[in-house]
Amino acid sequence: MRPDERRLGYALVGPAVLVLTAVALLPILAAAGLSFQRRMPIFEIGEYVGLANYRFLAGDPRFWNSLFNTAYFTIVSVILELAAGLAIAVLLDRPFSGRGWMRAVLLVPWAIPTVVSARMWEWLYNGEFGLLNYLLRATGLSVEPVNWLGNPHWAIHAAILMDVWKTTPFAALLLTAGLQTVPRDLYRAARVDGAGPWEIFRRIMLPALKPMILVVLLFRTLDAFRVFDAVYVLTGGGPANTTETLSIYAYKVLFQTLQFGYGSALAVTAFLCVALISLVYLALLGREYWKRMLA
Amino acid sequence: MKRPFVRRMAFAVLVAAVAMFSLAPVAWQAVTSVKPEAELTRLPPILPVDPTLDHYRAVLGDASFLRTIGNSLAVASASTLVALTLGSLAAFSLARLEFKGKGAVLGVALAISMFPPVATVSPLYLVVRALGLRDTWTALIALHAAFALPLTLWVLTNFFRDIPEELYHAARLDGCGPLQAFLRILLPLAAPGLGAAAILAFIFSWNEFLFALTFTTTEASRTVPVGIALFPGMHEIPYGDIAAASLVATLPAISLALIFQRRIAEGLTAGATKG
Repeated sequence: MRPDERRLGYALVGPAVLVLTAVALLPILAAAGLSFQRRMPIFEIGEYVGLANYRFLAGDPRFWNSLFNTAYFTIVSVILELAAGLAIAVLLDRPFSGRGWMRAVLLVPWAIPTVVSARMWEWLYNGEFGLLNYLLRATGLSVEPVNWLGNPHWAIHAAILMDVWKTTPFAALLLTAGLQTVPRDLYRAARVDGAGPWEIFRRIMLPALKPMILVVLLFRTLDAFRVFDAVYVLTGGGPANTTETLSIYAYKVLFQTLQFGYGSALAVTAFLCVALISLVYLALLGREYWKRMLA
Repeated sequence: MKRPFVRRMAFAVLVAAVAMFSLAPVAWQAVTSVKPEAELTRLPPILPVDPTLDHYRAVLGDASFLRTIGNSLAVASASTLVALTLGSLAAFSLARLEFKGKGAVLGVALAISMFPPVATVSPLYLVVRALGLRDTWTALIALHAAFALPLTLWVLTNFFRDIPEELYHAARLDGCGPLQAFLRILLPLAAPGLGAAAILAFIFSWNEFLFALTFTTTEASRTVPVGIALFPGMHEIPYGDIAAASLVATLPAISLALIFQRRIAEGLTAGATKG
């Protein structure tokens, strides 16, 4: 029976593995192959050029600019999302009527298509008729209208705020689930011992949440680092490339200038960055987490 | 033990603030969608003075927008079906059968779910073009199914593992083969997990943009996100129409999310932590 079962096991996993290999693993290798070529598909140009694309990349200021933008976008938005997510999780970690409703409310930004949310925020940020400028003027915070998406200083922050709005709910949901594993008695005992809310948060909640915080950071960092649609639709990478992320730059080189060689080099670089970030988190999360995940 | 009034009020205010932050942009979109053209370029008033359904009429009377909705429904349903079929077979096998390399399969799936999509798009484009599949549903269905597969696999493997092992063994002792035990006993019991995985896969496909933008060129296969991103504007951007179209496009994902909110929250958490 055992060998039979093994054969069946492989047979059932096989199709899924085959699809993942064909559509995800092989393309990554193929992209690496393309990155060593000068390749322009419509002109049927394709020749091996070795590391030329990577040498060009190392001296390409637009690449470094996009890498910097991506890193800035990732770091700022992930920190804000984690902070807001923690605050919301702690706030909602008590029984109250309407808690189910709050979860539903939190799922709304998560479920909205990214492209739709980009167009929504584009309208909120509109310099002339946008709600944001109107509210700032009405409350006296800013008399001059701000050109959120046209100003090189503001545009990236506008994109970050949109991302925080869209993805904080995911962080909050995971952290809420993490807090539910803390036995209620622990809070009661701490209160009896005279601990205030801040101490309860620091000494009980935070240590209990540590693994979940790392998981949230892992998923959010990787998602933010590969950001494409949100920013592409909101600003197109402008103004003056100040919001051009690595994914957007690679995509433009691939499909606007059709340089498949150099575009693939940029894409592979994005992949390597993501892999590097994963490795760092892999080490931080520790063996226990991965054993439990993969067991 | 009752909390003091002031603290309860502060709590209510904070909860309301969180709800406001989540909903305000969507609410503004709803307000915009019923404002007549003239009121769009005027603030105040915030609320429409003379509400109109013109934008909805324009959008729902637009054959090419309706076509994108049809394309999205078809692509999302088909890719969900494929991901679920492949995913449930593989997940059962990973959860209950004995063989080597199970950790590797889950690890690779996890790694793939973290790929930046732009890293695979150049060779995929060349293959899709060579196969003559540009601007077809087929290409998108295959890609969406494949990239929804890792999450499906994770969610379902967890669900199958949570079903008591004894049920599976009892079925086997009663003379069921492994496959029969899977189809007759485990699959019906895993219905909630299948539901969660299906919703996550559907929403993924419904919202996906990068591949959809790359592989669709006309309205024959263009999906809703691409339609909304490229919303036609001859001279100025038609914000009222975009708002109406956005809400229509959001409806399927949001209703699924709200109806199945508990399952989705569980599925997302399990996918990340193996709750």
